[in-house]
Amino acid sequence: MADVTADDRALRRFLHGLPGVDAVGLQARAAALGTRSIKNTAKAYAIDLAISMIDLTTLEGADTPGKVRALCAKGVNPDPTDRTVPKVAAICVYPDMVATAKEALGASGVHVASVATAFPAGRAALPVKLADTRDAVAAGADEIDMVIDRGAFLSGRYLEVFEEIKAVKEACVREDGSAAHLKVIFETGELQTYDNVRRVSWLAMLAGADFIKTSTGKVGVNATPPVTLLMLEAVRDFHAQLGVQVGVKPAGGIRTSKDAIKYLVMVNETLGEEWLTADWFRFGASSLLNDLLMQRQKLSSGRYSGPDYVTVD
Amino acid sequence: MSDRLRVFKTYKLYVGGKFPRSESGRVYEVTDAKGKWLANAPLSSRKDARDAVVAARKAFGGWSGATAYNRGQILYRIAEMLEGRREQFVSEVADAEGLSKSKAAAQVDAAIDRWVWYAGWSDKIAQVAGGANPVAGPYFNLSTPEPTGVVAVLAPQESSFLGLVSVIAPAIVTGNTVVVVASERAPLPALSLGEVLATSDLPGGVVNVLSGRTAEIAGPLAAHQDVNAIDLAGVSGDAEEATALETAAADNLKRTLRPQAVDWSADPGTGRMLAFLETKTVWHPMGV
Repeated sequence: MADVTADDRALRRFLHGLPGVDAVGLQARAAALGTRSIKNTAKAYAIDLAISMIDLTTLEGADTPGKVRALCAKGVNPDPTDRTVPKVAAICVYPDMVATAKEALGASGVHVASVATAFPAGRAALPVKLADTRDAVAAGADEIDMVIDRGAFLSGRYLEVFEEIKAVKEACVREDGSAAHLKVIFETGELQTYDNVRRVSWLAMLAGADFIKTSTGKVGVNATPPVTLLMLEAVRDFHAQLGVQVGVKPAGGIRTSKDAIKYLVMVNETLGEEWLTADWFRFGASSLLNDLLMQRQKLSSGRYSGPDYVTVD
Repeated sequence: MSDRLRVFKTYKLYVGGKFPRSESGRVYEVTDAKGKWLANAPLSSRKDARDAVVAARKAFGGWSGATAYNRGQILYRIAEMLEGRREQFVSEVADAEGLSKSKAAAQVDAAIDRWVWYAGWSDKIAQVAGGANPVAGPYFNLSTPEPTGVVAVLAPQESSFLGLVSVIAPAIVTGNTVVVVASERAPLPALSLGEVLATSDLPGGVVNVLSGRTAEIAGPLAAHQDVNAIDLAGVSGDAEEATALETAAADNLKRTLRPQAVDWSADPGTGRMLAFLETKTVWHPMGV
């Protein structure tokens, strides 16, 4: 595969040579997978799995150290009244909050993910983006969520996007030689077509992304089932061809347990059980956790819970 | 010329300002007092009840925060809208309760008047239920009534429309939002009322109408942790059932209005409004 990324023309030829997406078929498949009925013990399992896959996120201009610490406490111990609830996978914050989050999480095993590269717009010069990434890594981030340059991608400068992802990937390397995991955000709501989503998925995976992620959560259209299914299929094909496993993270707009379980069904049907762990599938979410906790309380107590019984973030 | 094909009406629930079918897809047959089929009504499941509570909770902030004057206007508007559809309600009530047209008309008129009567109370109940308390110190001490929150209402079984209005209006006029389970045998006037509410400036979710087996939906509503009060008017006669519901309701300290014999055509008094209010008392130092 090295030759397809040798120059701009080869990369373009490869990406445009990917089969076109059957939009109607994709949407129908995503809708069909959303109709599975997951009940009782399977539901309980799915809820716990979903909780353990959450990247609990706060990406607001108004974030304070206190808010980040509160979120970390929640991530480690989502339901203080029930110690059997699993921890979330990671806490996702802006780079300047990484040190605070790292300190609050301590040795709990919950990762710190940081957005970087001029999130969410990605409109900055490459050296600024790389400095942003190095800052977050130096502060102790375990995972970096970068945004691609949509402007470059949409105007067809694929190699530029490719080189940028590679450069950020190099910036993720720590002094001791280990590296932070790199998640690449596509902002699929701005990519216009399903064909573009398939192309950018391959582009990012070829550039060395550890995870591919749908959206920033900052635009109108965020993660949707069809787009996520398409990315899962790209990951499946990439794995089949090159033997490299890549993770997927839908983010933004997933608020209910029902939605989360639909995504888990999609993962299982498209990629199989191997991907059904927090190492290979994540939810970028904030309000989803409360809904999962309320569903969990309903399953254990038999009565419907309410927002008074979960923390307000 | 051939006879026109009759267009039947599909009765649907009224939840969150929309008209969904039951999540379960079930319906049951509704008959008139003589057993003749009238229509199919949705047979709500506990999940419909859950969705209705979510809708009611969502609507609570806006409705309880609206001025009393505005709430009064909206309740009056409901009466206006009902007046325009009087004939429909008269025939539905006549069918449901086996009444003559004139008796049914009297029921509907009384129900419309009751909306107007309760509308007037919106900016007056605070003076009756609250006020300045004399205290031994240099303080103003003021008590004000505030709405309880989401109120689950089991509507009376026998009085399908006047009884229904008599339990919904007092709960919402003070700023509560309501999930009402219509009369099991005669739910059609309640489901039609949903259509009136949807066109009366009443924000979606303030009143949510469910139809089905009262016994099936009442349990989950009584046990629901996000319901703040429950009116058991529709639990007819069976003391054991009422006790079970009260026990479930006690779990999160719901305000509970026990079933009692009520003459719905009599002057209702302020009792049902006062039942779903919380009193907030504020101490404020007097100025120098």
